[in-house]
Amino acid sequence: MTVLRLALQSLGNRWITALLTIFAIAVSVMLLLGVEKVRTGARASFANTISGTDVIVGARSGDIQLLLYSVFRIGNAPNNMTWRSYEELGARKNVDWIVPLSLGDSHRGFRVLGTNNEYFKHYRYRDKRKLGFASGGVFNDMFDAVIGSDVANALGYKLGDKIVVAHGIGEIGGNDHDNMPFRVAGILAKTGTPVDDTVHVTLGAIEAIHLGWKGGTSNSSRTFKVDEVRNMELKPKAITAALVGLKSRFAVFKFQRFVNTFRKEPLSAVLPGVALTEMWSLVGTAETALFVVTIMVVITALLGMVAMIFATLNERRREMAILRSVGAGPKTLVGLLSAEALIMTLAGIAVGVVFLYALLIVVRPYFDSAYGITIDLSLPSYVELWSLAAIMIGGLLAGLLPAWRAYRNSVADGMIVRT
Amino acid sequence: MLDKSDTAEKMETVARLRDVAFAWPGRSSFSLGIKEFSLKRGERVLLLGPSGGGKSTLLNLLAGVVAPQRGSVELLGADIAILSNASRDRFRAEHLGIVFQMFNLLPYGSVVDNVLLPLSFAPKRRQRAVASAPGDSLEAEAGRLLRALGLEDNDLINGAVGTLSVGQQQRVAAARALIGSPEIVLADEPTSALDRDRQEKFLDLLFAQLSQTNSSMIMVSHDETLATHFDRVCRLEDLISTGRDK
Repeated sequence: MTVLRLALQSLGNRWITALLTIFAIAVSVMLLLGVEKVRTGARASFANTISGTDVIVGARSGDIQLLLYSVFRIGNAPNNMTWRSYEELGARKNVDWIVPLSLGDSHRGFRVLGTNNEYFKHYRYRDKRKLGFASGGVFNDMFDAVIGSDVANALGYKLGDKIVVAHGIGEIGGNDHDNMPFRVAGILAKTGTPVDDTVHVTLGAIEAIHLGWKGGTSNSSRTFKVDEVRNMELKPKAITAALVGLKSRFAVFKFQRFVNTFRKEPLSAVLPGVALTEMWSLVGTAETALFVVTIMVVITALLGMVAMIFATLNERRREMAILRSVGAGPKTLVGLLSAEALIMTLAGIAVGVVFLYALLIVVRPYFDSAYGITIDLSLPSYVELWSLAAIMIGGLLAGLLPAWRAYRNSVADGMIVRT
Repeated sequence: MLDKSDTAEKMETVARLRDVAFAWPGRSSFSLGIKEFSLKRGERVLLLGPSGGGKSTLLNLLAGVVAPQRGSVELLGADIAILSNASRDRFRAEHLGIVFQMFNLLPYGSVVDNVLLPLSFAPKRRQRAVASAPGDSLEAEAGRLLRALGLEDNDLINGAVGTLSVGQQQRVAAARALIGSPEIVLADEPTSALDRDRQEKFLDLLFAQLSQTNSSMIMVSHDETLATHFDRVCRLEDLISTGRDK
């Protein structure tokens, strides 16, 4: 008890340096736990980009590539799948629902996705949440468009606005499908997924705007009129991918095998959950690097503390001599300095945890809306508690260095400091 | 079996060094030997000698901070030379009061905290201090000693250490050495930072307190004019033989 009281008093006597040291440890603890929280949140949000879909089908390609272009709208499909295959798959008895996805066009930098109203019914993200409408609703007309919330925000669109879709995904002018403008019929609520950056149009309209197009340019002298195409029976010849929901989850592997061995054209079927996990493991290296950096920051903070204690040792030689003269053994001095290190480490951890949660409460809504990352405000996990315990032990061990030095000084000096 | 006169003789002697040889570990160039030195109960001895004459080492030996390689250091009938390090530290806390030349006080904590410091390490001495305390309050006992040693201002007694003058700090150090009535007080030039008048006054007050508890005192100094205050004066060079090399 005496040692603890002396340690506290001694720290109080040097409160500015002690406070700064505690603050440095607190910041490192914040960083370590904060990175962990954001990482866990990011991972969960990433895994929650798509749910409720059992299988994604597309032309033969790697799992991750298929996932990237169909769900994340990154990159391009190596090939299309035929409408005939789509219908054949949809007709299988295990299939509960199937939603076509047709990609390849863009609108002012945002991807355009051709689909049908089934998409809004079946697409799920984050714990089976349905797509909600901020305003308007689903397609009622061939040239209706439903836009994601980021599209609406970035381009300032409101219901009823006319938009023109460009061919291809670049932002190069001159390739517009400007003969057939779309009307904004619905604006989706924020999801924090790539849906926010997507312009959804009907599959029929995708076919319509490409009438007379071949190989990426309009080579037809004829310009189709909107009313004209409305009456045409437009069946797509091909789509990019399809989302499939099965009646029973047990049928997933059977269905996947069926698709992967489909005779009429080479197709791939991926299970979104598996592919998402596989993809996340790709960023694992970056995660590890980040983790190592935060550990380095913690070590730096602890080294700062040791340096601070070392720096005071010389001026405290007399203090140690006084303690020796009143009956304190060298071990008491070791205890005193270790206690100081432990107190500062514990205080740093406590302050860091409190600051982190305070900060998380403040930035949480922003992270949610800007990045779709939901940060869990739950109590520290076992891993986090172990990290904190490791920091505490690290602080204690680090404190033993100056304590050992003080011990040696004290044994060499006796109780009278040679000046 | 010891007869009664022998026991009485033993009781009278509170410290006795015999055939002591000591060298600091890792510092082989300096060694120190003491043939015989003893201190009687209530006796005040002045050890005269220059710095570097082995006085720090002698004080460390008497206080049990270090143990001699050879010989015996008997304090209150116990040979502390053969005690463990921890036991010697405990012995020092219980039975010795120590005053340094200067910088006696911990910069943190109040004046009273500093006076009560040894009691944290010495439970028996704490009991003695409580027993002699007015109203069983250790704080009151510290205040009593400080006033008796001439630090009468209550604001100073209850204040922080940093506001004290050197002379006042030495009084606080003396109060710390005296609290709980240790049998032996060791002082290392406690008055060297004070002017002549204050030296006299300080020693008078200190000795008055020592007389009350019949405690013994060894003071080390280079100032021969202090000799009149003491029962006995020893020259360090007569007492100690030092070797400068191996």
